[in-house]
Amino acid sequence: MAGVVPKISFPSSPARISGFTSPRWPTCKFTSLSRSTLSRASLSVRRASSASTISDTFSRLKEQGKVALIPFITAGDPDLSTTSEALKILDSSGSDLIELGVPYSDPLADGPVIQAAATRALENGTNFDGVISMLREVIPQLSCPISLFTYYNPILKRGVEKFMSTIEEVGVRGLVVPDVPLEENESLRKEAIKHNIELVLLSTPTTPPERMKEIAQASEGFIYLVATVGVTGARASVNLQLQSLLQEIKEATPKPVAVGFGISKPEHVKQVAGWGADGVIVGSAFVKLLGEAKSSDEGLKQLETFTRSLKAALP
Amino acid sequence: MAASANSVIGNPIVGLAKSSPSSSAFLGARIHLRGERSGRSASASPSSALAVSCAMSGNIAAVEAEKNGKPGLGPRPDSFGRFGRFGGKYVPETLMYALFELEEAFRALSKDEDFQKELDGILRDYVGRESPLYFAERLTEHYRRSNGEGPHIYLKREDLNHTGAHKINNAVAQALLAKRLGKKRIIAETGAGQHGVATATVCARFGLECIVYMGAQDMERQALNVFRMRLLGAEVRGVHSGTATLKDATSEAIRDWVTNVETTHYILGSVAGPHPYPMLVREFHAVIGKETRKQALEKWGGKPDVLVACVGGGSNAMGLFHEFVDDTDVRLVGVEAAGFGLDSGKHAATLTKGEVGVLHGAMSYLLQDDDGQIIEPHSISAGLDYPGVGPEHSYLKDIGRAEYFSVTDEQALEGFFTVGSIAFKRLSRLEGIIPALETSHALAYLEELCPTLPDGAKVVLNCSGRGDKDVHTAIKHLQL
Repeated sequence: MAGVVPKISFPSSPARISGFTSPRWPTCKFTSLSRSTLSRASLSVRRASSASTISDTFSRLKEQGKVALIPFITAGDPDLSTTSEALKILDSSGSDLIELGVPYSDPLADGPVIQAAATRALENGTNFDGVISMLREVIPQLSCPISLFTYYNPILKRGVEKFMSTIEEVGVRGLVVPDVPLEENESLRKEAIKHNIELVLLSTPTTPPERMKEIAQASEGFIYLVATVGVTGARASVNLQLQSLLQEIKEATPKPVAVGFGISKPEHVKQVAGWGADGVIVGSAFVKLLGEAKSSDEGLKQLETFTRSLKAALP
Repeated sequence: MAASANSVIGNPIVGLAKSSPSSSAFLGARIHLRGERSGRSASASPSSALAVSCAMSGNIAAVEAEKNGKPGLGPRPDSFGRFGRFGGKYVPETLMYALFELEEAFRALSKDEDFQKELDGILRDYVGRESPLYFAERLTEHYRRSNGEGPHIYLKREDLNHTGAHKINNAVAQALLAKRLGKKRIIAETGAGQHGVATATVCARFGLECIVYMGAQDMERQALNVFRMRLLGAEVRGVHSGTATLKDATSEAIRDWVTNVETTHYILGSVAGPHPYPMLVREFHAVIGKETRKQALEKWGGKPDVLVACVGGGSNAMGLFHEFVDDTDVRLVGVEAAGFGLDSGKHAATLTKGEVGVLHGAMSYLLQDDDGQIIEPHSISAGLDYPGVGPEHSYLKDIGRAEYFSVTDEQALEGFFTVGSIAFKRLSRLEGIIPALETSHALAYLEELCPTLPDGAKVVLNCSGRGDKDVHTAIKHLQL
């Protein structure tokens, strides 16, 4: 075998990946099913959130020629009440969508900053029920949609259906589960659609083009394009490969693409937006800010300043 | 003769699907598992990988049940890397291609005669295989009942392998595989340090860069192994996050792999983790069971009646069991670590006290709290101190093919300093073999097991490692 790893695209296997012909799955396109289900469901479901869906948010921004600013923070670090305040500040300082991380004991996709935040949050007693209670209070006060970022085991613990109905009930709009790839996400997708949650899928620089297309097809809300081969964490500069990746993915799908992992400064954000991203996700930089601040108030103040500086760098 | 017994993948255990490369999408890939005799093939309709409550496609199980006259076993794993509902690939997207590549490489190499020859040669001349199947005369005598009846105890001497444990079987094979993949950098996780030492050893042997992740707490209790790894040229990185033990070292190794996947191969040390690892590691350890079958035939003209092995992640147990899973007259007994006791909350008895969840890429039993957080296990033996377990063990337990028990720290060590029957000390005193603390758990279970066995029952216990590394721990307890 040659020493060089060839870039092989995974042969597409639509029957398997999208389950179109699987006896367990209805034979219709996902996107239309999800949209029609969402619009039907929204008429009957008591709306906990006044925010639009994630898809609608992106549509609106696109019409306005804007790029979405998507901060990520870890729930419970330094504590849930700070998180609650932080969400409000992020919302009012220009965020278009907010990712909220549910702290987990073994976050495989996270670098030291978010790992540490999760550990701190868990140590001070943050748990899923606490996060839900906090969201129940704060989401009605927010104008931008909230998406949860969680690993799979805590979802399984409650049962996929129960998890989805719980987060739907408090007004969460989206979900990202980084350790569940396409092959394993059937039950997540099914329940997400049933509960009006847009399940966002990730594509990365190691994802071959064919597979990327499958992911793009199945993803809802937006496609999360991971900027680097690695875990979360600020980097000095943006991976240059990202430019061509973005181009490739935007050629493959009309869905919005938001870029995350490693983006931490206004310059990065500007650069990535300039390359055609529909949204930019900034995580560790925010988490670090809140985690290292001398006090909650201090942290929240810095949060506001930072958010505005990032927003200013975006169209 | 010896060569064929040493052959890790003799008659191809993993045959390739007849489909052409372009259609063997890793998603739809078929892995035909064939035992040396039965030739059962996996003609399963693709069962979708539904999570939690979905059992394997009922059809396959039913067919197998009819064929074997017992609840069906089906292909292990199936084409999606599942053992029943367990297994799978729950990893960040960044790793998916690497896992696909690994599986393809493995399937290709299992048909590659040169690879097999090279591996067999290394196992024979470097590792020292085949390992003896040793009749433990005095241990047998110890368990003889007053009427003169009792089981016959044999020890499969994986402790005699180069580096002192079974771990090297897998490390050597994966290193060769990594070379074939063109990867020059190797990472590994380690608990007791045996897998780390094995990995450092093979990296020295094959000229590969080696980084081993080890929990800071483990580094302390297995200092000898840390030194050995460094002596062998590996970089040992202490992991301080989480509980600073094996599970955290594994998480960190996975993060490293996510970051360096293009240049790096991750030599996972047990039958845990995302597909194809549980299958790969099992296949590379399956030589243990294969040799045992041959040796049993030579020694007493039959098969073992009971196989006993300690279970942490489950690699030595799967290595011994795999050959005999289809021989339903052979009992499979796994022994986990009960630490301070099953009700103490401080143990590592995953199969007894765990719940199904996802950890480090696989769906399996694991120790978790009410919030779905992975909890810190405890065992006096670092190698058993893992809150998860290989998915195939979870499956074998669920279908009732294998039985799993547990033994406390005390029973394993049991009064290293008191006179009388003590597992760690027992083997040392009765047979002149100092077993690893992990192995001592299996040995301790003999106390429960042997009185129940009929006269002449043949017990093969996997002596998975030697206990030199544990002498300091034992001394510490003596001083307390």
